[in-house]
Amino acid sequence: MTDTSNTASPRPAPVEIEPNWTRSRGTTICWIALAVLLAWSWGPAEMSNWPHLFTDSGNMAQYAKEFSHPDFSDWRYYAQEMVVTLQIALWGTFLAAALAVPLGVLSARNMAPWYVVQPVRRVMDACRSTHELVFAVLFVVAVGLGPFAGVMALFVHTTGIFAKLFSEAVEAIDARPVEAIRSTGASRIQEVLFGVVPQVMPLWISFTLYRFESNVRAATVLGVIGAGGIGQVLFESIRGFYYPQASAMLIIMLVTVSVLDFVSQQMRKLFL
Amino acid sequence: MTAISVRNLSKSFGKKRALDEVSLDIKRGEMVALIGASGSGKSTLIRHICGLDTASAGHSNIEILGKLIQESGKLTAEARAIRGRVGVVFQQFNLVNRLSVLSNVLFGNLGRIPAWRGTLGWFSAEEKKAAREALARVGIPEVAWQRASTLSGGQQQRAAIARTLVQRSDILLADEPIASLDPSSARRVMEILAAVNRDQEITCVVSLHQVEYARRYCPRTIALRDGRVVFDGPSSQLTNRMLVELYGSNSEELILPDAPTYPVKPKRAAPVGSAPAFA
Repeated sequence: MTDTSNTASPRPAPVEIEPNWTRSRGTTICWIALAVLLAWSWGPAEMSNWPHLFTDSGNMAQYAKEFSHPDFSDWRYYAQEMVVTLQIALWGTFLAAALAVPLGVLSARNMAPWYVVQPVRRVMDACRSTHELVFAVLFVVAVGLGPFAGVMALFVHTTGIFAKLFSEAVEAIDARPVEAIRSTGASRIQEVLFGVVPQVMPLWISFTLYRFESNVRAATVLGVIGAGGIGQVLFESIRGFYYPQASAMLIIMLVTVSVLDFVSQQMRKLFL
Repeated sequence: MTAISVRNLSKSFGKKRALDEVSLDIKRGEMVALIGASGSGKSTLIRHICGLDTASAGHSNIEILGKLIQESGKLTAEARAIRGRVGVVFQQFNLVNRLSVLSNVLFGNLGRIPAWRGTLGWFSAEEKKAAREALARVGIPEVAWQRASTLSGGQQQRAAIARTLVQRSDILLADEPIASLDPSSARRVMEILAAVNRDQEITCVVSLHQVEYARRYCPRTIALRDGRVVFDGPSSQLTNRMLVELYGSNSEELILPDAPTYPVKPKRAAPVGSAPAFA
């Protein structure tokens, strides 16, 4: 640099901002790629059937008409089956939460060495990335039709989810209280119980309540493939064209899930 | 008898050498101040003595009451048992915030009672009584059932000291126990530490940022600079002039602005020219 301090011009040199071509080119490529993918999927997804939405509007109207006259004459039975669905979700969520406590700690990088963390995480990934429905099909074959297959399906899938959420909570803790517990000569398990768990408990409870809500919704779908509860009854009545009954069941499900959402939201507020 | 013996302790964090061949001995019942500017290695030294950190490679060892807690960078099998005999007080108190003060104090028992009982959190009536007495001893008996997070800094630090009292440790390490406290809380905490040292004959090592407190409460001072022991001797010999010599411009952060330039209660005027034990 030459000495410019004496000859500093009153006007600063105009700053030229170079256009960032790589960035805008990247954006264009992304949009083109998306368009190509959509075009490629048009045929296989039978998107060309879209006019059917309008040409078959008579069917839709018929459907809507029958659904608009819900038949609650059997409501006791529906309510009973709805409770079974809740019970499936309750057990599935409970077992998953119980098992995810040790597994969550073991898959937290600040708690266990990598040769424990990595295998546990991979197994949990597998549990999580497979849909409940797939597990339900497997368990229906293994333990027979009925609610227990639904419980097992929810249990395995939710354990995978909880292990990840729980371990992320553990990885975000303040390490200092844990060191204080360690400095009293406590054992490794005691460090976790008294140093880690009190810190993550509110989050863990909140996750569990939230997942219970989602599991109630999932459990109704599981009924469709024969894993018990109101879903099973619903599917059968739709297949038999009993739309007014199906409509009543849908309303019962809707109300139950909304009430549950509200209650668990209030409870989570208490813990956080 | 030697309470703490450190030999050739070195520790590096990346390229920075936090401790450099530190050796020192502390006898049972001593009250020792550890002083030095920020980053001089005080906290690192304390974390090594209580076995929360391990040394970098080299032939180092640390003995607590005649038993090795770590040797050449590896904790010994006895480390967990020895930790039970060393109480630690931290700058940030390190209480479990969401639990009651009493629970936090009861955790001091964990190293002493059978593992199954500790793991279930099952403390006996006597232990609970001892915990409440410890809280009374540090002057906060009324907060036993409060959540730890609701206490003021000074109260939290006193609860942390109560935890080490329940631990019935032989040695108490305090890592900058007063650095986050206001002056009156700081004085109270230092007085409690001095009383614990005097009455229970617990060996105390207190790292301090301000030399003033070292002079007032600790008969012996060990001064660190850049991870080396640069002074080890009676606190009364540590004049401000010597601090300036040791730390240069960094000495400003060690001396309180309104501090007198001579030791507060010199038992004997330090003779000019008599060199203290420079290590």
